[in-house]
Amino acid sequence: MTAAIKRPGWTRGVLGALFAGAFGFGLVIALRAISDLPLYETEQTGYPHVVVPLILAPLGFLAGFGCFDYWLRWAAGAPTIPEDHSQHGAKSWKDYFHFNTDHKVIGIQYIVTTFVFFFIGGLLAMLIRAELAQPGTQIVDAATFNSLFSTHAAIMIFLFVIPVFAGIANYVLPLMIGAPDMAFPRLNALSFWMLPLAGLLFISSFLAPGGAFDAGWTGYAPLSTGAPLGQSFFNLGVQFAGASSIATALNFLVTIITMRAPGMTFWRMPLLVWANLSTSLLVVAATPFIAGAQFMVLFDRVLHTNFFEFAAGGDVISYQHIFWFYSHPAVYIMMLPGFGIISEVISTHARKPIFGYRLMALALIGIVVLSYSVWAHHMFVAGMFSWLRVPMMITTLLIAVPTGIKIFSWLGTLYFGKIHTYSTAMLFALAFIVTFTIGGISGVMLGMVPIDIHVSDTYFIVAHIHFVLFGGSVFTIFAGIYHWFPKMTGRMYDEKLGRVHFWGTVVGTWGTFIPMHWVGMDGMPRRVADYATQFGEWNLLISVFAFMLGAAQLVFLYNMVVSWRFGPRAEANPWRANSIEWQVSSPPPIYNFDEIPRVVGGPYEFGIPGAKHAIMAGEAHEAPAKESTVVGST
Amino acid sequence: MYGRLPIVKMLAATVALTAAICAVMVPINWDGQQASTAAPKIDDLLTVMIILSAFVFSLVMVMLFYALWKFKAKPGDESDGEPIHGNTRLEVAWTLIPTIIVLFAGGYSWKVLDEIEEPVKDPLTVEVFSLQYAWSFGYPGKDMAWSEGELHVPVNRQVHFKMHAQDVIHSFWVPEWRIKKDNVPGITTTAIVTPDKVGTYQLICTELCGFGHASMRAKVVVEPPAKFREWVASLDQKVPEYLSDSLGDEESSLTPVGTGGA
Repeated sequence: MTAAIKRPGWTRGVLGALFAGAFGFGLVIALRAISDLPLYETEQTGYPHVVVPLILAPLGFLAGFGCFDYWLRWAAGAPTIPEDHSQHGAKSWKDYFHFNTDHKVIGIQYIVTTFVFFFIGGLLAMLIRAELAQPGTQIVDAATFNSLFSTHAAIMIFLFVIPVFAGIANYVLPLMIGAPDMAFPRLNALSFWMLPLAGLLFISSFLAPGGAFDAGWTGYAPLSTGAPLGQSFFNLGVQFAGASSIATALNFLVTIITMRAPGMTFWRMPLLVWANLSTSLLVVAATPFIAGAQFMVLFDRVLHTNFFEFAAGGDVISYQHIFWFYSHPAVYIMMLPGFGIISEVISTHARKPIFGYRLMALALIGIVVLSYSVWAHHMFVAGMFSWLRVPMMITTLLIAVPTGIKIFSWLGTLYFGKIHTYSTAMLFALAFIVTFTIGGISGVMLGMVPIDIHVSDTYFIVAHIHFVLFGGSVFTIFAGIYHWFPKMTGRMYDEKLGRVHFWGTVVGTWGTFIPMHWVGMDGMPRRVADYATQFGEWNLLISVFAFMLGAAQLVFLYNMVVSWRFGPRAEANPWRANSIEWQVSSPPPIYNFDEIPRVVGGPYEFGIPGAKHAIMAGEAHEAPAKESTVVGST
Repeated sequence: MYGRLPIVKMLAATVALTAAICAVMVPINWDGQQASTAAPKIDDLLTVMIILSAFVFSLVMVMLFYALWKFKAKPGDESDGEPIHGNTRLEVAWTLIPTIIVLFAGGYSWKVLDEIEEPVKDPLTVEVFSLQYAWSFGYPGKDMAWSEGELHVPVNRQVHFKMHAQDVIHSFWVPEWRIKKDNVPGITTTAIVTPDKVGTYQLICTELCGFGHASMRAKVVVEPPAKFREWVASLDQKVPEYLSDSLGDEESSLTPVGTGGA
C-alpha cells in the first residue's frame, strides 16, 4: 500500500483527487466561517464548496497520477529520475491506462477515449431524436431536453471532434516527419490526461442539483450566468479540454518546426502536417478566448463579477463576441486536420500527386487568416452593431474560396489517376467531398445576411452544422481511422463491414440532416423539445434515419474491436503510400526509426519512375534505384 | 493534357444537372407563406442562391463521378496515375471564379439588406417586451397601451419594433415576415417590418431561454388600420412599471446600415 501511494499511478491519483478536493472544500468552509458567512452557499449559481473542489480535484488527480512528477522534482531541486524509457511503448492493454510519454501510445489513448465520448454523445443524440420523433413531450421534460442537447454538443465538440484529430495526428505526425517522438512528450501525456477529466466534469453534471448544464454548448449569458450548478461543471470542463488543446497545439507547432527529418523542407511536408500546423496556429491563438469566456461566466456565477450582468452595467453581447472569436475558428480547428487526412487518402488511393500541392497548403493558411475575421456572422440577429454585419458577411463568403480550392484540387487529383475504391477510407474521403460541398453551400447561404435573418436559430442551422461537422469532420475522421488502422494496430480491418458502415453512415447522414434544412426554413426553431404538429412527419422520418445512422456506428465499433484483436496481420504498407509512416513496420517500432530517415523529395510522387520521398535506414544512400517507385512494398 | 477530357460534354452534363435540380427546387416555396415586403426579396435572393448552388454542386458531382467512372483502376492494376502536379491556369480559374461568385452574392445580399431595412418617415413604433416565457407589447399613444401574448399591427405600414428583454436573451421571429431579432437585456434592439398581408401568424422565440423556450409563442394579428386603431383603443391596461423601466435602455446602434448609429 505504501509503495502504491509513493508510486505515480491510479492509487496515488485517486488519493490526490480526494485530498485536493477535501482541501478545497475545507478552505471554502474555513474562510466562510471566519468571515461570519453561512457555511454553505446554495444559491444555484453559487456553491463555492462544490466549485472550488471541482477545480482542485482534477489537478490533484493529475499530480497524483504522475503528470507533474518530473517537473516538480526539477523545480524543487531534487534529483530528477533519469529517463529509463519505462514510460515508453505499450506491452499490454494495461499500459494504456498509465501515464505514458510515447506519442504512439498517447495517440491510441486519445483515439479510444474520444470514441468512448463519441458513443456517449451519440447515445444522447438518440435520446434527442426519440423525443423529437413526435410533437409534444413524451420521453423527457423540456428542462432535461435542454440538458441533453447541451451535453451532446459539448461532448461531441470538446471531447470528440477536436481531440480525436489531435489523437490521429499524435500517432501519425511524428512518424510522417521522421521524428522519434513529439517535442514535449511529458506535456503530451499531460494533454491527454486532462481530457477524460473534462469529460467526467461534463457527464457528472447530470448529478448536480438542477440537472446537467442546459444553456446549449454556446452557453450564452445571461442564461448561463443564472443557470443551475451544472453550468459550472461545463465552465470547468471547457478549461481542462481547452488547456489540453492548447498544450497539444504548442507541442505540434514545436514538433513540426524543429523536428522534421533532414531534407524535409516545408514544401516537402505531407498535407496532413500542413493541416496540423495551421490548426495549431488557430488553437494557440483562439482557444484562450473560450477559456476566458467560460472563466468570466464562472466568475459572474460564483464571485459576482458582473461581466455580463446587465443590471450591474455588464454587457450581454460581449459574451457572444468573445465566445465566437474562438468558436468560429474552432469550426476550422475541427475541419483543417480532416482536410489533411483527405489529401493523404485521396492521393494514395488515386495513385496521383496532389493536384496543386502548394496552393493546397496556401489555402490552409488562407483559411487560418480569414477565420479570425468572420466570427460575427453568428450574430447577425444578435443585436450587435449593425455596421459590422456587411464586412463580416463579405469575409465569410470569401472563406468559401480557399475551401473551394481544396475541393477542386482533390477532384483534380483524381483525374488521370488509378482510383482504387477497395478501401473504406477512400469511400469516406469521396463521400466527404459530396457532403462537404452541401455543407459549404448552406454555409455560404447562411453567410448572406438577409437569408441568415430568416433561418438563424432554426433547424436550418442544425442541418448546416451537422453537414459540416458530421458529413464533414466525422467523415474525415472515419477516413483517417480506416486509413491508419493497419499502421496503428498492425491488423487489417474487415472491408465488408467497412462498406456496411459506410453506406449506413452516408444514407443515415443524408436522411437525417437534409430534411432538417426544410423544416428549418419552413419555421421550426432549434433547441425545442416540442414543435408545431405540421413538422411531425418530417421529424419522424429524421428520427428513423438518425437511428439508422446510430446503428451503423455499432457496425464500426464491432469492426474495430474485433479486427484489432483478430484481424489478419497488416503489412508495413498495405496502401502502397509514399509517406514515411508507411515505410516502417505496422505497428511501428518503439522509437519509430533505427536511424532518422533522409527526405529527398515530395510526399506524393506517384507515377514518377525512381522518385522517392525518403530514404530509410538500411537503404542505399546513393541515388534512388530505379527498379521500384513504390517504397517498402514487397 | 486536359484537352483529352470531353470538356464540352462535361459542361453540358453540368448544365443539364443544374437545370434538373433547379426544375425541382426552384418552384418549391421553401420559406412558407410571404406576409411582409421583405419576404419576396429574401425569397428571391434564396432562389438565386439555389440556382448558383445547384450549378456549383452539379459541377462538383460531374467532375467527381466522371473521374470515378473514367479513371477507376482495373482489378489487379497496380500501376500509378500520371504524375501531374497541377495546372496553374486551372488553379487560377478556380480561385478567381468562386471569388467573383461570392462577391456577387455578397453585393446582392447587401442590396437586399439595405432595401428591407430602409426606414420610412412615419413608421409605427411598437415596443416588444420579452421575459421567461411570455411576450407583451406596448403601442404608441398618450399612455402606452399594453397587450399580453397577442400582437396587433396594421397592414401595409412600416412597423419599427423596439425590443426589450427583462431576464435572458429571447429572439423575435415571425417566419412569414422573414424577420428575426434578438431581444437583449440591457439594450434596445430594433427590427423593421412592413406586413403586407392581413392574417393571423405566430411569433416564435428562437433563442434558447430556458425550459419554457419551446412554448414561448404569441399570436400575431395583421389587420386593416381602422380595426387596428379600434383594437388599441380597446386595450385597458398600461405598460406595467417593471417593463417600462427597460424603455430607457441605451439604444444599440442597431439602425440599418447607411442610416447612422444611435
